[in-house]
Amino acid sequence: MNAISTSSKAVEVRNVFKNYGEVEALQDLSLDFPRGELTSLLGPSGCGKTTLLKIIAGLLPADSGEVMVNGETVTGPGPDRAFVFQDFALLPWASVIRNVAFGLELRGVGKSEREAIAEKYIADVGLDGFELKFPHQLSGGMRQRVGLARALSVDAQVLLMDEPFSAVDEQTRRKFQEDLLNLVKHENKTFLFVTHSIEEAVYVSDQIALLLPRPSRVSEIIRPSGFRDKGIDSIRRDSEYLDIVDRIWDSLRTYVE
Amino acid sequence: MRNRTLSLKILSSVLIFGAWEVAGRVPVSFAFPTFLESMAALWTLTIEGTIFTAYVETLKPLVVGVMISAFFGIGLGVWIGLSRKFDWFVSPIFIVMQSAPLAALIPLLIMVYGIGLTSKVFVVCIMAMPVIVLNTSGAVRNTSVSIIEMGKSFLGTRREIIMKIIMPSASPIIFVGLRLGISAGFIGAILSELKITPTGVGDIISYSRSIADYPSMYAAIFSIILLAVLFLNILERVEVMIFKGINKGLVSD
Ligand SMILES: Nc1ncnc2c1ncn2[C@@H]1O[C@H](COP(=O)(O)OP(=O)(O)O)[C@@H](O)[C@H]1O
Ligand SMILES: [Mg+2]
Repeated sequence: MNAISTSSKAVEVRNVFKNYGEVEALQDLSLDFPRGELTSLLGPSGCGKTTLLKIIAGLLPADSGEVMVNGETVTGPGPDRAFVFQDFALLPWASVIRNVAFGLELRGVGKSEREAIAEKYIADVGLDGFELKFPHQLSGGMRQRVGLARALSVDAQVLLMDEPFSAVDEQTRRKFQEDLLNLVKHENKTFLFVTHSIEEAVYVSDQIALLLPRPSRVSEIIRPSGFRDKGIDSIRRDSEYLDIVDRIWDSLRTYVE
Repeated sequence: MRNRTLSLKILSSVLIFGAWEVAGRVPVSFAFPTFLESMAALWTLTIEGTIFTAYVETLKPLVVGVMISAFFGIGLGVWIGLSRKFDWFVSPIFIVMQSAPLAALIPLLIMVYGIGLTSKVFVVCIMAMPVIVLNTSGAVRNTSVSIIEMGKSFLGTRREIIMKIIMPSASPIIFVGLRLGISAGFIGAILSELKITPTGVGDIISYSRSIADYPSMYAAIFSIILLAVLFLNILERVEVMIFKGINKGLVSD
């Protein structure tokens, strides 16, 4: 029991296969996600990143193979995981505070308690004062902050993020990336982060799993080490950062027409 | 804003009634009375009380039929929208019902259920139910996949996902179906009185036509349209109130 909860792997994927009819989305994919770290799934569109994340989330069954979260086999969604959606997946008829508290609402937390928790995370993601606004009144970036606050407020150990920043503008995206680094540092959580941006993956990740199509498998695992502690501002100029970006581009080049 | 829509409504009414008056005076047909003649006839029907006793009759199949259609229509629609099998099994019935020539079905209904209230309620339901069912099922089926997945990933039960995600998301279209269904129900109620047994407002219409009292006939038709419009306006109010209630009640109460 103790051994499990202190294990260094928060999520383990073992020999997972997944087909959609004729399309082989994942073939014999195995991958470990170290606890407390951010692992990116990086790869071209259609290589199965979303599929893998949904299988880990328990939203989609694998054809065969096994996914374990904290040593327990995944059979469906669980309280140990929270999802941040690419298209935000907010309830358009609900205010910001209800959207943020919705995960807790579904877990049966009482109204005043869940709203107090939601308030805290709304402030944390910088949406103070927007509690009673509705999603259509917010920008894309703000909507994703709502989605992030909702995922944080259920206090799951594992955060699954499917291209969370792809629908926000470039400036907001950079700010998000910095915020994400702080989040990884200060929240004791494991982050699974899907992206198709090489720079983004190298910038935010402790570990990058390079997925190649198709059927998708992990072709390479890269662990940037040198620049993580040098401070957020200098990362993009760091030589190791630039080397890794180049190396990944070389691997991916053949798959991009 | 509110005042403007009100004055627009008044303006368009004046235009329509004015055109009616002019058309009646030309006259378009000897059987087409002017607006003022019709209103005078309506006034007579009202002070005589004829119109009220007529509506007591007409509203019976209408209210019962609309209530049945709303209740079962929304229920069935949700079920159809949620279950592919049930959809395959039941939807064609309503699609056929919607396009079936009602006049051809009425003799059949009379044969089975006689000429009483039951047959009339059936006619109202045949008119009202399909559009309610089809709108509801379509709205339920078209709920965004992503917010349903969101509900699942945050551990919503099936019931919670239906009640807190699918229903609120579908309700605007369900209300559209309800409004269309009720309009169709009004038509069904009058049709049943014209085709099955002349009672209520249908009786006023067919009786005044048989004695060539066209102003009364048009007065009765006018009154039913007026009632339908009034009713739909009330429904719209209710709808707005419910949505405000949903939003308010769930945010802070
Ligand atoms: N529901 C589905 N039905 C059929 N094919 C699908 C479905 N979802 C994804 N696919 C296919 O599986 C492959 C992987 O998809 P996905 O996991 O969404 O990729 P990514 O997120 O990396 O862009 C793609 O080729 C896609 O077309
Ligand atoms: Mg994807």
